[in-house]
Amino acid sequence: MLYELLGGLLIGAAASLLWIGIGRISGMTGVLSSLFMLEQWQRRSWALAFLAGLMIAYPVFWLLGGKIDIEMTSSPLLWASAGLIVGFGTYLGNGCTSGHGVCGMGRLSLRSTVATITFIAAGVVTVLVMNALEVSV
Amino acid sequence: MKALVVAFVSGLLFGLGLLLSGMNNPAKVRGFLDILGDWQPALIAVMAGAVGTFALVYALSHKLDKPWFAYRFHTPALNRIDARLMLGAMLFGIGWGLAGLCPGPALVNIASLDGRILGFVMMLLIGNRLAHYLVGPVKKPF
Repeated sequence: MLYELLGGLLIGAAASLLWIGIGRISGMTGVLSSLFMLEQWQRRSWALAFLAGLMIAYPVFWLLGGKIDIEMTSSPLLWASAGLIVGFGTYLGNGCTSGHGVCGMGRLSLRSTVATITFIAAGVVTVLVMNALEVSV
Repeated sequence: MKALVVAFVSGLLFGLGLLLSGMNNPAKVRGFLDILGDWQPALIAVMAGAVGTFALVYALSHKLDKPWFAYRFHTPALNRIDARLMLGAMLFGIGWGLAGLCPGPALVNIASLDGRILGFVMMLLIGNRLAHYLVGPVKKPF
């Protein structure tokens, strides 16, 4: 549980730095959408810098000797539909685990708290249904 | 320039946090969601640490007139709880449960060059644009 807690503190520190530093919410959905708003690059350049930092974390963590596991489904049908639904849903709901979950709940926003409870509940039900139907992942 | 450095460092720390906690591992996330099966509750600590830290700093930030390197705090303007929010959160949760990946960890995992991750991210972007063109952005209450 220690690594999980330390990781969480690091994520909280990162979100805090972005807020105190430049007054922005570290939401991945917003960062993703920014990729399609490059005509407003002066207002959105922070998102590209944030994304660059995020993407370089993997090799940095690896160079520091960190252990990285990625165990996921090999079914293209599963990962492709999941990606599509996550992309669609997070756009519609204006946020995901970072924006609503970490920052929104940290701001004590009722909207974000309701969203977070909803997507966790939907995730729980999805896993339950997949297990019941014995979908191999 | 300082603003961009802050954003880059924040992204890096965020990614390191996701990797250290194991949030980037889809099987671990699905184990966390599997509350009636082989439940792995450890990821609660990630949420607690992250939300707790941000809540504290956010509360303290009310004492500042503006952020260190910007003119104002961009507090989210939306506070409605409506059908759009609920449908979006529900769809996101379903996709999250299917593969165990949410946007942050998917982006962090790009550097693994795992074809499934790259495919997921591509579909993520397609889903984002599909919603943009079919539904469009929320009208902000200004």
